[in-house]
Amino acid sequence: MTNHYIDLKNSDCILIMGSNAAEHHPIAFKWILRAKEQNGATLIHVDPRYTRTSARCDFHVPLRSGTDIAFLGGMINYIIANNKWFKDYVLNYTNASFIVGQDYFFKDGLFSGYDAKTRKYDKATWVLEKEGNGIPKRDMSLQNPRCVFQMLKEHYSRYTLEKVSSITGVSKEDLVKVYAAYSATGVPDKAGTECYALGWTHHTTGSQIIRTMSIIQLLLGNMGIAGGGVNALRGEPNVQGSTDHAILYNILPGYLKMPTGSLDTLEKYLHKCTPESKDPQSANYYQNYPKFFVSFLMSMFHDKATKENEFGYSWLPKMDDGAAYSLMHLFDKMYEGKIKGLFAVGTDPAVSSPNAGKVRKALEKLDWMVGENIFNNETYAFWKGPGVDPQKVKTEVFLLPASASMEKEGSQSNSGRWVQWKYKAAEAPGDAIPVGELTIKIMAEIKALYAKEGGVCPEPILNLKWDYTDYKGRFDSLKVAKQINGYFLEDTVIEDKDKKTKTEFKKGQLVPTFGNLQLDGSTSSGNWVMAGSFTAEGENKMAKRGKEDSTGLGLYPNWSYAWPVNRRIIYNRASCDVNGNPYNPKRKLLAWVGDKWVGDVPDGPWPPQANKEKGKYPFIMKQDGLGALFGPGMVEGPFPEHYEPLEGPLAQNPMSSQRINPAIKIFNSELDKVANADEKFPYVCTTYSCTEHWCSGAYTRWQMWLLEMQPELYVEIGEVLAKERGIKNAEKVKVSSVRGEVECVAMVTKRFRPFTVEGKTVHQVGLPFNYGWLFPEGGSDSTNLLTPTVGDANTFCPEYKAFMVNVSKL
Amino acid sequence: MKKMELVKLIDTTRCTACRGCQVACKQWNELPGLKTKNWGSYQNPPDLQWNTWTLIRFNEVADKDNRVKWLFRKDGCMHCTDAACVKVCPSGALYHTEYGTVGIHHERCIGCKECMAACPFEIPKYDRDTDKVYKCDLCYSRIKDDQQPACVKSCPTGALSIGAKDAMIKKAYDRVKKLGGDANVYGDQFVDGTHVIYVLQEKPEMYDHLPKHPRVPFSVVAWKDFLKPISLLAAGGVLAGSFLHYIIHGPKTPDDIQENKTQGGE
Repeated sequence: MTNHYIDLKNSDCILIMGSNAAEHHPIAFKWILRAKEQNGATLIHVDPRYTRTSARCDFHVPLRSGTDIAFLGGMINYIIANNKWFKDYVLNYTNASFIVGQDYFFKDGLFSGYDAKTRKYDKATWVLEKEGNGIPKRDMSLQNPRCVFQMLKEHYSRYTLEKVSSITGVSKEDLVKVYAAYSATGVPDKAGTECYALGWTHHTTGSQIIRTMSIIQLLLGNMGIAGGGVNALRGEPNVQGSTDHAILYNILPGYLKMPTGSLDTLEKYLHKCTPESKDPQSANYYQNYPKFFVSFLMSMFHDKATKENEFGYSWLPKMDDGAAYSLMHLFDKMYEGKIKGLFAVGTDPAVSSPNAGKVRKALEKLDWMVGENIFNNETYAFWKGPGVDPQKVKTEVFLLPASASMEKEGSQSNSGRWVQWKYKAAEAPGDAIPVGELTIKIMAEIKALYAKEGGVCPEPILNLKWDYTDYKGRFDSLKVAKQINGYFLEDTVIEDKDKKTKTEFKKGQLVPTFGNLQLDGSTSSGNWVMAGSFTAEGENKMAKRGKEDSTGLGLYPNWSYAWPVNRRIIYNRASCDVNGNPYNPKRKLLAWVGDKWVGDVPDGPWPPQANKEKGKYPFIMKQDGLGALFGPGMVEGPFPEHYEPLEGPLAQNPMSSQRINPAIKIFNSELDKVANADEKFPYVCTTYSCTEHWCSGAYTRWQMWLLEMQPELYVEIGEVLAKERGIKNAEKVKVSSVRGEVECVAMVTKRFRPFTVEGKTVHQVGLPFNYGWLFPEGGSDSTNLLTPTVGDANTFCPEYKAFMVNVSKL
Repeated sequence: MKKMELVKLIDTTRCTACRGCQVACKQWNELPGLKTKNWGSYQNPPDLQWNTWTLIRFNEVADKDNRVKWLFRKDGCMHCTDAACVKVCPSGALYHTEYGTVGIHHERCIGCKECMAACPFEIPKYDRDTDKVYKCDLCYSRIKDDQQPACVKSCPTGALSIGAKDAMIKKAYDRVKKLGGDANVYGDQFVDGTHVIYVLQEKPEMYDHLPKHPRVPFSVVAWKDFLKPISLLAAGGVLAGSFLHYIIHGPKTPDDIQENKTQGGE
């Protein structure tokens, strides 16, 4: 989240799209309801299915799965055509006035630089023009036809109400209703926010859906303000914490980039990763990237890392250039027999991964698998699953009992980036120990083996700093947390030239802020965004529980630690005009008073940008310091464009000749079948979780109170389709895709209605993914036997939310 | 809590049907989850039963513009002032507490099921294994120790609240005034006022299983308030009572299958 949960109460209009907030964030939903009660906020739910969230919103607008960019593209068109954009903000705080390079173009669904063979773009033409001095060219009148604003306007002028309605299945009246209500927040004293979750990320266009919303929020001046932002409601499994600490293959802790093979020296790597700006008003905060990265290396290799050995850069693993290593790639390679062993920690991919049939086959090719979990699940027991002959499976499976989250001490990060320290509530049963402790023990054993026997490339393992145990040899979470925060490794004097102060730190003190991290190896930090979670003296800020709220906006700065530097709302300087006066005096998040900012922790101490000498632009993490309406960061183009899901009801994309996202990876194994616009699989299907179960259900299906409420797999079917198919409520049915089938109970409902898409009636159905064959006995198997192996082009988040099925009576 | 009349307010316009209350009730009262099947609804178990003292009912309706509405109602004991169950209970198992709520002494329950027939809301449920009747006691074990009932404690959105009777009734009417439309207060106007009241988003008849005009059955009024006092004077009172019972309820039969069935389960 750019903002945080409590801040939802400060909104005047909440668009819940790509999320079923009431069902999956029931506690957060209280703040959404509070916005309605306190500010008279309009609550809008846009979702294929009417859910418990819809029931509490002012209105629900159903749209066909996978058409979010079309819906939002129409909103951009509406905002510009009806002059709803916030001019002062757009002009000063976005790159609307920048000039797009002459060689950039967009034609019939493709941007310049596409290579159809590799399905990849060369981004060389997606650039903004610069003056001779290296500062971006701007046209503050926004009239230049090549300026970002005009290019944006042109791109989205194609998203007419007629077109969008025909693609999404949303009536024109409903489109206008949402567009009008939401764009009413494009004024200084109103705030609009967006809540999304897996309903947006689980698409082949997921990242670009979120970017489309970011463009809308920039146009309406809703970024960096109380009650605004683009807010991912992340799940209970500490998703925020796991991404902050690099659960994804392509990042290192703190969102540093994973090196690739061609970047074989530290210098090359840092040159590639460190952005440069010639504009003195752009803070370009990532110019500090090398300090963060070297401090990370120091945390890994400590006294083994020296300037001479590039702080151990060569010991980090390198990805092959152009290769990806997502979960889908992992199982694809495993299915090819190229992966021999697997650690499956706290996960149940035989239920939760797309195309679970392929996943289960892939597991049979392993020599060994180690599971660490609190219960057995369908992945660890795959060798005795449906249709599997245990005699023929060679894989040796080890299941190690792990303790549950409430049985251990540590930090937990919520979606609002609040990192909260928690304590152990109960002892784990039996031999169960924390996963951290399992890791410590296994790695200590591996280190000992390498020390004794040597082996290929032993340096990374032998040189790894690995002393995270307490005096009894147990995993010490506080020790790990301090290592993540970082230390001064030498006596250091930090000089602040502006404030004319000098502060001395002793070797062994904790680094109190990432501003103190150094390039020369004199500091360490396992994750730069967490530098500051402790004070230099060792106070754990994550454990703070102060309830003071001086702004009245619910920032609660003394409750836990929010990264970065306890800032509660990111880019908060954009809540003020160029002179530092709050746009909305009623919700004063920040104000420039005298010679300093008062309110939330500002995005940097610099004066507001009207001060041409010392002032900085508000979007300090962006190279140019401004919000990117034109954003070359994504792999499929600088402006989001609608493409159909891999599997959909249409033979052609109504927007262009490119039916699907041109940049997605297509998996080609014999188990990766696709059935687009195929009469054998005529219904759009989406998948989701239900409130009563958690993820794959591997934890909750063993809990009888929860199982009693949601005992078995069901498919939600609209009344019209059910009648057509002769299916009665509560009857057993079969749902099948070209990849697999599941049996389940039909839940015939008014909450799914047919869509009219390109003049045709299109039905949509949906199933939860919380069930598997292992428990309850005689229960249903996984919904993911149906889903395709395909994902977002940037993140490889699988497309669980849109594919094609058939439904028939059993 | 102070010994005063309490009212629990259920504001259906704030309920997200997360069912935290349904689980919290089972947790505090140590009630088991039983095997169920999906019967084509989120509502499960399908009805209140001996192990389920509170239940979220899900109602799908279409309004006059054919727009779908999904109504959620937390069902459970209404804790009537003029409580038919207390009136008919022959063993003193059901009683009024010092908070105005209806408590239950399970050790005194003889499983006669009179309360089940009398309750206008069909709340008490019988368990054959223990030969006793069960229902919500508004967490008497918690409120006497100054704790909110488990359901109220678990509610994330403020749909459930509890407090002094007058204050809660005022809160309900204030809310309804703010909401406008068909919103209404349900509960304070009958059986001398219930100690659980609703703010309903829609008219009462839109909700499944919610009587529009709940009242203590005439048979109970006739027997307990009129004939019973006379019977105490008359030597043949017991006989008359038995006769009357026979006339109203018919002969006592072996346990009716319907009553013993744990719905949705086997």
